[in-house]
Amino acid sequence: MSANKGTNVILCGVGGQGTILASKLIATAAMERGLAVKTAETIGMAQRGGSVFSHVRLGQASASPLMARGSADLIIAFEPAEAVRQLSFLRRGGCVVVSTRPVVPVSAMTGGPAYDLDAILGHLRARVDNLVEVDADRATEDLGFAKCLNVVLLGAAARAGGLGLSVEDLRTAIHKRLPQKLWELNERALTYA
Amino acid sequence: MHTEFLMGNEAIALGALAAGVQVVAGYPGTPSTEVLEGVAKHRADAPGRVYVEWSVNEKAAMEVAAGAAYAGARTLVTCKQVGLNVASDPLMSLEYIGVKGGMVILVADDPGPISSQTEQDTRTFAGFSKVPVLDPSTPNEAYAMIQDAFEISEQYGTPVILRPTTRVDHGYESMEVLDPEEWRVHAADGFVKDPLRWVIFPRLSVAAHACIEERNAGLADELSDSPYNFVATETGECATAKRRVGIATQGISYTYVRDCLDAENRPRLLRVGTPYPFPERQAVEFLRGLDEVLCVEELDPVIEHALIEVCGKHSLDVRIRGKLTGDIAPSGENTPDTVADAISRFLQAHGPAASAEQSDPKGTIPEEASPQLPVRPPVLCAGCPHRASFYAVKRAMRGRKTIFCGDIGCYTLGNAAPLDMVDTCLCMGAGIGIAQGVFHVEPDTTCFAFVGDSTFFASGITGVINAYYNQANLTLVVLDNSTTAMTGHQPHPGTGRTMMGEMVQAVSIEGVLRGIGLTTVETVNPLEHELAVQTVRRVASEPGVKAIIFKSPCVVLARPHARSAVDHTTCVGCLRCVRELGCPALVPADGKVRIDPSLCTGCTLCEQVCPTGAISGGERL
Repeated sequence: MSANKGTNVILCGVGGQGTILASKLIATAAMERGLAVKTAETIGMAQRGGSVFSHVRLGQASASPLMARGSADLIIAFEPAEAVRQLSFLRRGGCVVVSTRPVVPVSAMTGGPAYDLDAILGHLRARVDNLVEVDADRATEDLGFAKCLNVVLLGAAARAGGLGLSVEDLRTAIHKRLPQKLWELNERALTYA
Repeated sequence: MHTEFLMGNEAIALGALAAGVQVVAGYPGTPSTEVLEGVAKHRADAPGRVYVEWSVNEKAAMEVAAGAAYAGARTLVTCKQVGLNVASDPLMSLEYIGVKGGMVILVADDPGPISSQTEQDTRTFAGFSKVPVLDPSTPNEAYAMIQDAFEISEQYGTPVILRPTTRVDHGYESMEVLDPEEWRVHAADGFVKDPLRWVIFPRLSVAAHACIEERNAGLADELSDSPYNFVATETGECATAKRRVGIATQGISYTYVRDCLDAENRPRLLRVGTPYPFPERQAVEFLRGLDEVLCVEELDPVIEHALIEVCGKHSLDVRIRGKLTGDIAPSGENTPDTVADAISRFLQAHGPAASAEQSDPKGTIPEEASPQLPVRPPVLCAGCPHRASFYAVKRAMRGRKTIFCGDIGCYTLGNAAPLDMVDTCLCMGAGIGIAQGVFHVEPDTTCFAFVGDSTFFASGITGVINAYYNQANLTLVVLDNSTTAMTGHQPHPGTGRTMMGEMVQAVSIEGVLRGIGLTTVETVNPLEHELAVQTVRRVASEPGVKAIIFKSPCVVLARPHARSAVDHTTCVGCLRCVRELGCPALVPADGKVRIDPSLCTGCTLCEQVCPTGAISGGERL
């Protein structure tokens, strides 16, 4: 990440996990900081349990909403296999924040390729120097709130520094984007470590 | 003016409202759907001035919008590229008749394709139908273009197509938009009777065709000065290329091209924002003095063909490269990487490699070393009633010679293992005709046609009448989840709701079928599994055309009322539930089955399938 090139973030996961809201929170926080924002989302058929990704580009550097391989400063992965699927977009030295809880697809139980969690986590640990692992099960249990994973991951990303936005910036975005009754829960998720 | 962070489709909706649109009609389809939804969401800011509807299909939408434009209103039609096929009959003739109020047809193309049956290019359709087309590169530009499209439409008396692609439709950008107080208020002056203008006859068509050709020639000349067609960087000189080169591009590919070029590589750039009528005069200026041009575009080689034509017509000695020369992939979506590679190869022919945007190929993490990853195609949701419907038919027909003709909607996903219940799928409403056709060739096959409720209204009814009247033998299965689920839950005539927010008399599917003449029409809850199986057996054995309506609401809309749980003392780990149903909430764990409580909706289908009765309603909500 550098000022003139802007910041490139990829969010990825499984349809229904909340990647789109997370990308909107990042965009809102960045706009509050006066940065121009471009994003590209997966909407439609893939939302039915398919692989989904968002490209989020902060700052004026690029014309395209999609980034080239090897140019992401940060990957926020809601699911470990999806982190591996997007890894070729990461620039050398980039950061990956990943939920280590697998979402095993139906195909893996009905004759498709198996889900090898150990191999997938091992691959991430071997390849990514700046890897932040988030235990989604424990976060859900500690916070008592099933739909908090997206904000927990955002908080971890902000603290890891790859996002170029602070936890405070994201708190502002939560206040702008979400109804007031959800603020307290999401602020706890944001600062959960 | 104020700044908002907007999806391309919502920006297009706001642009239409800013232009004073009064009548908006469409049929949902990815990636176009959010345009009409955006109009509905913001129409309160133009109080009393905007009528919006989800029409029964795109043909109906085109006709409604045409009628309103005859009466002088500004109108908008929204659909996806295959939707334009459905609306092509009125559109082809409408171009000959013309419009009075401005009429814009928003057609979203889907390179890839990501969520479509075909990769057709609406720029080509525009040329075929002779309708002017605008092709935006960004959401910001789409917002401006739709406002200008209304102006062009009114000035020239023709409908105008705005044709974004998925990355523009579903891209978000921060942008400046007009405040509602700044929106134009358009007055419709009403329909004026004139049989020589509004009634299409060969005599009118002879004159109209000549007028269209003359008009488009003039429009092409005017568009050569449009800011949507521009030439950037004058020299065409590149450090890496010994000849003078140019790149002609369009749409989202233009942004990929821009990101590839740097201070050393400045090929002359032509961005075409109005591919039809083609801005020929500007293209000539672009081509003059160049040796080679690479056309970087998605889908059809529209610009490439046009430039070859211009070179021939004006005797320009410029080599035009692109899809026809194998420099750009002939199908599929372009990406920043494929475009960077193509440009690099193009410039490299006489020099070292051009650098792609930000990416140092050595810096990337190699993909080939990845562990095996699970495949994750879209699936029917946990608790989806379509799963129960397919499984009931599957069990009832086991061992029989059957064909299961599917259709367009969430239920197309019934093709996947382990259900494997979609043998054919062609286009909206086609499954019924396909089943009839198979019956005429194989009378001993038990033919089923599955159709969703929205698809039934959109274009299924014609097929039922055709099959019934022409003495076919087939079972129609209507999968009625009381919404248009795949595209995000739009209302349709069976729901009793309109996009204007009214509660109205719903059209009864059973009533329609009985009105056609079907005598066997049974409505069953597919989640009552044994009853569903017996009903299928009984109905399928009757002669002629008969129908089962499997009625159960979409689980994304209906709140779950229970969660099932597995008793681990009685679960024998046979995994029959997993192998038969393929529900995402059923997860094998430690040799037995676990139910993911965050996914389970308590549909109870697995409870009814478990041979040991180990699954029960664990939790009532």
